[in-house]
Amino acid sequence: MINKDTNEQIIRLKQHTPARIGVGRTGTRPLTKGYLSFRIDHAAAVDAVFGEVSEDLLRQFQLFTVETRFETKEHYLKRPDHGRILSEKACEVIKERCFPAPQVQVVVSDGLSANAIEENLPDVYPALMDSISANGLQTGTPFFVKGGRVGCMDAIGELLKPEAFVLLIGERPGLVCAHSLSAYMCYRPRKGTKESDRMVISNIHRGGTPPVEAAAHIGTIIKKMLEQQTSGVKLML
Amino acid sequence: MYKKATVLGHTYSFHHLKEVMAKANEERSGDQLAGISAENMKERMAAKSVLADLTLGEIRNSPLLPPEQDEVSRVIEESVSTPVYERIKNWSVAELREYILNDETTGSDLLQLSEGLTSEMIAAAAKIMSNLDLIQAASKIEVITHCQTKIGQKGVLSSRAQPNHPSDHLPGMRVSLYEALSYGIGDAVIGINPVIDTTDNIYALLVETKDIIDRFAIPTQNCVLSHVTTQMRAIEKGAPADLIFQSLAGTQMGNESFGISIPLLEEANSLIYDKGTATGPNRWYFETGQGSELSSEAHFGIDQVTLESRCYGLARKFNPFIVNTVVGFIGPEYLYDSKQVIRAGLEDHFMGKMHGLPMGVDVCYTNHMRADQNDMDTLSTLLSAAGVNFVIGVPMADDCMLNYQSLSFHDIATLRSIFHLSPAPEFEKWLERAGIMRNGALTKSAGDPTLFMNKV
Repeated sequence: MINKDTNEQIIRLKQHTPARIGVGRTGTRPLTKGYLSFRIDHAAAVDAVFGEVSEDLLRQFQLFTVETRFETKEHYLKRPDHGRILSEKACEVIKERCFPAPQVQVVVSDGLSANAIEENLPDVYPALMDSISANGLQTGTPFFVKGGRVGCMDAIGELLKPEAFVLLIGERPGLVCAHSLSAYMCYRPRKGTKESDRMVISNIHRGGTPPVEAAAHIGTIIKKMLEQQTSGVKLML
Repeated sequence: MYKKATVLGHTYSFHHLKEVMAKANEERSGDQLAGISAENMKERMAAKSVLADLTLGEIRNSPLLPPEQDEVSRVIEESVSTPVYERIKNWSVAELREYILNDETTGSDLLQLSEGLTSEMIAAAAKIMSNLDLIQAASKIEVITHCQTKIGQKGVLSSRAQPNHPSDHLPGMRVSLYEALSYGIGDAVIGINPVIDTTDNIYALLVETKDIIDRFAIPTQNCVLSHVTTQMRAIEKGAPADLIFQSLAGTQMGNESFGISIPLLEEANSLIYDKGTATGPNRWYFETGQGSELSSEAHFGIDQVTLESRCYGLARKFNPFIVNTVVGFIGPEYLYDSKQVIRAGLEDHFMGKMHGLPMGVDVCYTNHMRADQNDMDTLSTLLSAAGVNFVIGVPMADDCMLNYQSLSFHDIATLRSIFHLSPAPEFEKWLERAGIMRNGALTKSAGDPTLFMNKV
């Protein structure tokens, strides 16, 4: 067991890793505080997966909502393929409300962490819009996709024919961070786009890649995509 | 029409063996995603009834994936012992189940029988077995393997220490390992999942793990779980590896998506015998898991239980030291909730043992599954009752690199205590010398990583 003599050494050991070491025990079981802290982090992760993005937040950034064919959260988790297909209504609304063939299409989706959108959108979204215009580029009409997977950008690409695409989507939550966001980028995403043509900046949150820094980086990548007319492994950064 | 069965007044017909095998599975999301699962419980029971009446000969004679098209099928087919098969080919799957569970049938009888079975026959038996059947059958089988040390004896529960770090930082890895050792964890292997899959990094991690083993004279083996080709390059350059690792799939196409083939595994096999640092005959570590073939679109409409069994058919060709299914890692589209993960864990453990493999389980889940740590308590308890060779431990169950949860070091110590199980014999003696265990229990000093603090 850990006693007072080694406490200081334990603190030093812990500096080397985010792993839960030096936690101690009672009998063979963990101490109460460490056990509950683990369960709290898991609770945050589960709530992020099963949570919803608030209407207020989406209104604040004037993002209207469309849905994929995900139907329910359970179906969304069981059928990733349905999170890549837009509902019929979504197709109609997108065609009606969006500026066609934009230079850069920006889309936001809850993905596997609604919490990632709640926590990061207020920082990352305005910075991303600034970064795109600072690079002299025009955005189309941004919107929110409920129940989206990364591949939904291909379905949207077919409808709107954008040159470049940015999808801000919640990542599968871990215990260390349940609100990490990814930005997926692609040049002309369309039906049949290869995964290797997509580019990603992941781990966007205040304790990871800072949102403002990520936004600036996305703007630079998009500009290069449009100049070189490609994305993924072929893009020279 | 191939076969039909009537359940509660409704007749169900099945067109081929593949359909019977898929529909006979207990419910799981992966079979639903593949569009091959039973429509409802009655159809599932009809499929189980049809399967129970099929003979082992009928199963062998209707290959789900012909050996001419697939090298995994060829390995399985070539491994069948003709005299054993001839003796049992007229048994029905129901008779196979009853033979396995008969109390006059011993574990060594099962291992002998196994030589005449294909992976598909073993999967078929699992499909008509209950969870407790799977536990009872597996608990009979003892598979002892030998790399640097021997594990798998009756009464032994071994463990992999998995001291991962999000940036492969060596001091970070070391302190997690010290924590593991202080709880008596690490007798199966000290195995790291690297973030950076380069020859230099794999070399460094192999050197570091071996150095700790040597410095503290720990009777265990090291392994770094990168792609096999990177390990091969590191070993060629002189890196010390007791074990060589690779993930397996149950079809040739699935293995191609992992970037491997049987000739490549054979090449790695010669290398680890030639240049590996172990002294014993078992030098491989394999991982598997239901659903990987579907995720790489290499499943050929075959259900994930049967494909998992085929992974074991491939694994046994290489006489591995340890094999484990990473049962809850793949996600809810393959195993949705704790009920499905628990079932799959018991199936995989049974099917592995029936192939004569030193079977372990990574008792685990991701955060988007309907499961939590209580479910891992349940599954690990069931697997201890089933005689699992080893499980995996990470600090407080939280793998800070792979972002999923497995078992805590505490959990493994607890399972040993409840079921009166020991670490591997040589390792237990070492724990006694290190002052961590005495008379089969942890001492007061156990659970303190500073025991190993002379160098971080």
